[in-house]
Amino acid sequence: MIRILYFGQLREMLGCHAEEWAEAPIAVSALLEQLRARSPAWREALDERTLCAVNQTLAKGHALIQDGDEVAFFPPVTGG
Amino acid sequence: MQRILVQSSPFDQDDECQRQSDNHQVGAVVSFVGQVRGTDIASLTLEHYPGMTEQALRRIAQQADERWRLQGVTIIHRVGELTRGEPIVLVLTAAAHRQQAFAACAYIMDILKTQAPFWKKERKLDGSTHWVEAREEDAEAAAQWLSDG
Repeated sequence: MIRILYFGQLREMLGCHAEEWAEAPIAVSALLEQLRARSPAWREALDERTLCAVNQTLAKGHALIQDGDEVAFFPPVTGG
Repeated sequence: MQRILVQSSPFDQDDECQRQSDNHQVGAVVSFVGQVRGTDIASLTLEHYPGMTEQALRRIAQQADERWRLQGVTIIHRVGELTRGEPIVLVLTAAAHRQQAFAACAYIMDILKTQAPFWKKERKLDGSTHWVEAREEDAEAAAQWLSDG
């Protein structure tokens, strides 16, 4: 199982903070594409600016997510 | 000394400054405070990614330390709802000389703005809310430090 977390505006748009994903290993880009395919709302929320962290470290699209990993999707950060 | 805190409560800038100054190798202490601004803003709510946030801040502090050989770094970032004028973030750098302390403090803020997982939601005086958009200038400022090597 992969644990997926959503933050900020993404969490609000999707109405979802966390979910489990059964398929692993899977590349970040492949997972994103499957999530986007759920509905137009998901495709709109997970736009091209969406950032991804795997096990709490920023990751690129080609990064491979393993069983047991924690993945997070979020918009560009706005702290400080 | 590296001191990294993510908290909802306020911080005491003088006390934090004192903690990093109490070291005979320190000749310069620079502190930066970011606060909630805007004439039509009632409050900001700051969301973060617990765990990753602390890790990202520690890494940024570590990079600044390696680059400018600091004697100490403090990063305190608040989360939750903050009203106009309230402090959001404190970055404090202590070094032998001022150039190191100034540069490291600016570096930490620029990198924090683009890499630490915080998100701001503004509530205006009229009650409407919206998520703050990331600024292109912030991305450019961070990219400048990283390309300087």
